[in-house]
Amino acid sequence: MGLESQLDNPFLTTTIDTVVNWGRKYSMWPLPFGTACCAVEFMGVVGPKYDISRFGAELVRFSPRQADLLLVMGTVTQKMAPILKQIYDQMPQPKWVVSMGACASSGGFYDNYSVVQGIDEIIPVDIYVAGCPPTPENVIGAVYKLQQKISQEKVAAWR
Amino acid sequence: MDQSQITDRLKARFGERILSTYAMCGQEAVTILPADLVEVLTFLRDEPELRFNMLMDVGGVDYLGFGGDGEDEDEVRSHRFEIAYQMFSYDLRHRYRVKVAVKDDSVEVPSLWEIWRGANWMEREVFDMFGIRFTGHPNLRRILNHDDFVGHPLRKDYPITKRQKLSRPIDHLLTDKQEWA
Ligand code: SF4
Repeated sequence: MGLESQLDNPFLTTTIDTVVNWGRKYSMWPLPFGTACCAVEFMGVVGPKYDISRFGAELVRFSPRQADLLLVMGTVTQKMAPILKQIYDQMPQPKWVVSMGACASSGGFYDNYSVVQGIDEIIPVDIYVAGCPPTPENVIGAVYKLQQKISQEKVAAWR
Repeated sequence: MDQSQITDRLKARFGERILSTYAMCGQEAVTILPADLVEVLTFLRDEPELRFNMLMDVGGVDYLGFGGDGEDEDEVRSHRFEIAYQMFSYDLRHRYRVKVAVKDDSVEVPSLWEIWRGANWMEREVFDMFGIRFTGHPNLRRILNHDDFVGHPLRKDYPITKRQKLSRPIDHLLTDKQEWA
């Protein structure tokens, strides 16, 4: 049937970290926190042409309790900031955050009274994606980078 | 009706109370004082040949620094704030603009909520951004900035790099009945 039928001895020796991280990195469930134009670009990322599901992250969830990858896409205002914080807190561990675009990463060109100058003022960020908006390849690149990062993680480090 | 005809109607009706007129590329406007606002705009709404039954927008302008030291004569202002009202007539399909010169420091302008209900949120926005106090408004509170915000960010003397953080949840907005009034 599977791989084991090809082996004489149906056992593989590995570590917990390797096997759990292998599972995690190919089954990320993204929560799209889309507040501006970057979110429109994300539609291209999940669409058939670029298709993020090739990297195992296609199951977009709109409840933070069912997601482990928070994609922050767009401008976050001071008024929105507590909501973003709350959504992050509602996600079960393990969880990762990708900050997509100039606005989410640094406030972008909105150097003004109402915009948070980078979401890392509020929540921890794993991967920053440059661009205004980033190309779909860039976002897929971020997912790929995050997979590399996850494969280095220690399972016991997450609560 | 042509916009210049509307200007003529207003001048004939209100005379001296029209402080100035403005015309550019077929768009016309008059400037009046806050004390005349309700009367002039009620006239615009109710006059059978005008029938401006929709207030499309209320906008504020801060003319800080336009005190006459600039080179451009047109830009000299003796007052700091101006409120611009854009109107539209669904029936007659014409548009017009009325500006109000806010001369005194109390920055008070009568609310138009009694004339057009739609003025409610637009005036709240001007209050939020410019700190203009609309007297008679039923619910004059911030609409765009968060509740802990101090100051009025579109005023020219608001420091551009000043940041104000909201650290508490805004859940109360969802259940606040007055917010949706
Ligand atoms: S980074 Fe550019 S594209 Fe993305 S939300 Fe900001 S302005 Fe829009």
